[in-house]
Amino acid sequence: MTQTEYLIVGASHAALSALQAIRMQDAEGSITMVTRDDALPYSPTVLPYVVSGRSAPERVALKDGAWFEQHKVGFIRGAAVTALDAAAKRAKLSSGEEIAYGKLLLATGAAPILPPVPGLKDVKFHVLRSLDDAVKLNKALPNTKQAVVLGAGLVGMHAAENLAKAGAAVTVVEMQPRVLAGYFDAEASSIIEAAFAAKGVKLMLGAKVSRCETAGQGVRVATDGDAALDADLLLVAAGVAPVTDFLAGSGVAIDRGVLVDDTMRSSADGIWAAGDVAQAKGFYDEAKTLNGILPSAVEQGRIAGMAMAGDPAVKPWPGGVPLNTYTFFGQQAVSVGSQDAGEVVRKEADAKHYLKIVMQDNRLTGIFGINVPFDPGVMWELILRRIDLAPVREAFIADPQKTARSIMSKTWR
Amino acid sequence: MSAYNTIAFKPEHCDGCNACMTACATAKAGSADIINSRIQIVADGDSFELAMCRQCGDPKCVANCPAAALSKDDADGVIEWDGSKCVNCLLCTVGCAFGGIVYNAAAGHVVKCDSCGGDPACVKACERGALTYLTTANIYNEVGDLEDLFVPGLAGCQGCNTELIMRHTMRRIGPDTVLATPPGCIPGMGSVGYNGLTGTKVPVFHPLLTNTASMLTGVKRHYKRQGREVNAVALAGDGGASDVGFQSLSGAAERGEQILFICVDNEGYMNTGMQRSSCTPFGAWTSTTPVGERGAGKTQDAKNMPLLMMMHNCEYVATASTAFMEDLYDKLDKAIAASKRGFAYLHIYSPCTTGWRFPSQENIEVARKAVEANFVMLWEFNPRDGLKLTRDVDNALSIDEYLMALGKYRHLSGDQVAHIQATVEKNVGFIKGLAEGRHPAMAQAMSGRA
Ligand SMILES: Cc1cc2nc3c(=O)[nH]c(=O)nc-3n(C[C@H](O)[C@H](O)[C@H](O)COP(=O)(O)OP(=O)(O)OC[C@H]3O[C@@H](n4cnc5c(N)ncnc54)[C@H](O)[C@@H]3O)c2cc1C
Ligand code: SF4
Ligand code: SF4
Repeated sequence: MTQTEYLIVGASHAALSALQAIRMQDAEGSITMVTRDDALPYSPTVLPYVVSGRSAPERVALKDGAWFEQHKVGFIRGAAVTALDAAAKRAKLSSGEEIAYGKLLLATGAAPILPPVPGLKDVKFHVLRSLDDAVKLNKALPNTKQAVVLGAGLVGMHAAENLAKAGAAVTVVEMQPRVLAGYFDAEASSIIEAAFAAKGVKLMLGAKVSRCETAGQGVRVATDGDAALDADLLLVAAGVAPVTDFLAGSGVAIDRGVLVDDTMRSSADGIWAAGDVAQAKGFYDEAKTLNGILPSAVEQGRIAGMAMAGDPAVKPWPGGVPLNTYTFFGQQAVSVGSQDAGEVVRKEADAKHYLKIVMQDNRLTGIFGINVPFDPGVMWELILRRIDLAPVREAFIADPQKTARSIMSKTWR
Repeated sequence: MSAYNTIAFKPEHCDGCNACMTACATAKAGSADIINSRIQIVADGDSFELAMCRQCGDPKCVANCPAAALSKDDADGVIEWDGSKCVNCLLCTVGCAFGGIVYNAAAGHVVKCDSCGGDPACVKACERGALTYLTTANIYNEVGDLEDLFVPGLAGCQGCNTELIMRHTMRRIGPDTVLATPPGCIPGMGSVGYNGLTGTKVPVFHPLLTNTASMLTGVKRHYKRQGREVNAVALAGDGGASDVGFQSLSGAAERGEQILFICVDNEGYMNTGMQRSSCTPFGAWTSTTPVGERGAGKTQDAKNMPLLMMMHNCEYVATASTAFMEDLYDKLDKAIAASKRGFAYLHIYSPCTTGWRFPSQENIEVARKAVEANFVMLWEFNPRDGLKLTRDVDNALSIDEYLMALGKYRHLSGDQVAHIQATVEKNVGFIKGLAEGRHPAMAQAMSGRA
């Protein structure tokens, strides 16, 4: 049986960020990293570009063997953790191997969920979360004339764009009345929707799929509006859920994800969780939520790693802020913060540009833009620090990028 | 792990001319439009702020990149962007809290500072000294692995500059050295040792204040006669060097003995209770120039030791400060080399937290202000090239900024400050004159040892 001081399950952003934080504090303690993917570490976020062919699968590795060697990490790939004995501090792998650990980080991320659509389980469909998924989709592209994408979240929209660029006729079916509802309001979404429409992507918003069935080589998708869509490729991108199945019976407290405190510690002794799998407090609301975005995974991974290694400099998780950057057909959309945690102090939109600023008590709570430059990282920090903008309120509203840079340079440079 | 060079910004010198941004945009985008500049100066009322890549040690842009397009170069510390891997997701701009990596519409991708391969165009374009390229990291990379020739735990005061000087200089000079440490803080903090053990990893002796240079002369000549090449080095305080030790020092310099004499100038006899020396500046409080009903600090100006030594026409004479380490190391190297040919004298300023009365964490800042206010000027001399300033004396800081940082000047009257100001100006004029070869004294010095 392998013995390791630190066991990290997962090999993506949260896992790597934790590993680096552990090594900053503990240069020698034994570390083992396990991932169920039979690949070097990669990011799910890069997968749409693997699908499109822009990124070659062998060039997306975040770390290589030499890096693991240099950081003295045992890297086990192609083996999933299948069961956990938290009391005995042991994990069982799909390979049959058992690992005894001192401290454990759960960084297993999330996996696609399948909506309860009658017939879906019996037809051929794709999802997009792993490198294998992306390679399969990439291979299917040349033969795709008609594609249907279920879901207009980030994954669905990225995929729809790439399918369209590859020459397929694409239809996106989304239950919500607009695309990317988690990050943008109706006006902002409409700019994005217009760009897709202009490229011939059909968006069926506010529509629900009622059933799926096999039709010839492809799939027939019926919506409750009685439309029937024929597709030779169906992509299901209807959301994700934390990967926690292997924790059943382990005693680790789970709600929607693994419940963690402000240093990413779970309910079980010696077990931490970070990234998409974790359910940690929100910034605007103390209630624990899922915040499945890459920057949160990086941040939480670092906090967990520092806490696991006993780094005295560890600072508590400030709470998840929804944020994202989204590029579509060469345009840039950026969303930082909450749409409704304050009052809208500026909002303007035309066909190509959009800017909205939300403040509460002279503190920034959200800023959203399309093709309008500002620094999302600086804005995020302004929100987290709850900086009082009263003295520069007018200047900030007029020119958020410049004013925020100036505050940054004075406050945390 | 290495240390890295960095671009430093001093907002107080910036006037918003935008020359750096124009230079960067031209160098990186072939257009003078400052929107393309990787360095962004932001006007904020009358002052200026800065947004640019800090080349962080633990960069979040790199951690946020899903495409492995960003990486920190181990050799030069620059965070590099690989356009063939970037997928334009902009997540790096979420990770950076400094506005150091931004989407550039003209380029169609993110752009960031790449330090111009170690030759930053922005710094060269800045004529006001607001941007400087700090290469001090080289020192760490070059000498970081050399052995510290003093033991740990020397009993200097907290924040002592002299201890830094001792460790830095000896590390560089190396173990083939015989060291003289006349009475003062240097032996006082334990370098000559306690109870039969020395605090120094080279042969060290403790001469009298009066005879340091003579004893060192004898030691050096003895080794020479034996055919052994050793460095003969004195680490002496200003009191010993400028007062009773001056006779032997002057003699050795005049004879051109092959010695390196380092005067660590903390402007007084600090280890015996902070008495004045002939290097104590005008107006300074010491225990023998007290401040009270009648006294108001020292009533005479400091003796200008380095100039006196220069007038001995030594093989090498220089002034240095721990706030300017590259300059210090450069001079140290030249002084070591010169001491193989003749007499070398290095005068290093050492602000004293205890005797000058300032918080211990501010030592290097005090040292820096002394130089920036021209209270101390950095220059070097050799008989062939004469005196050369190694740091510009124009655009000086106000002398008040220096004086106000120190408790020993707290009592100064307006008249005293005016006197100090006048002295500084006179000294600056004099040194500049020497540097430009205008001064008759220079002509004499330049004529060599006739
Ligand atoms: C197509 C796509 C586009 C995206 N775009 C964006 C975007 O633009 N912006 C953004 O912020 N986020 C985006 N995301 C989300 C982002 O990728 C995730 O938030 C982020 O990857 C979370 O990192 P993580 O380390 O928590 O988990 P993951 O990246 O999901 O990694 C989980 C790791 O755990 C391993 N694992 C899982 N179960 C087991 C097990 N039982 N045993 C062993 N190993 C296991 C996996 O192999 C993997 O290595 C996108 C996601 C996708 C799929
Ligand atoms: S924009 Fe390019 S460099 Fe920045 S995170 Fe995305 S892929 Fe990496
Ligand atoms: S170092 Fe070069 S790339 Fe960086 S800001 Fe200066 S000019 Fe621009």
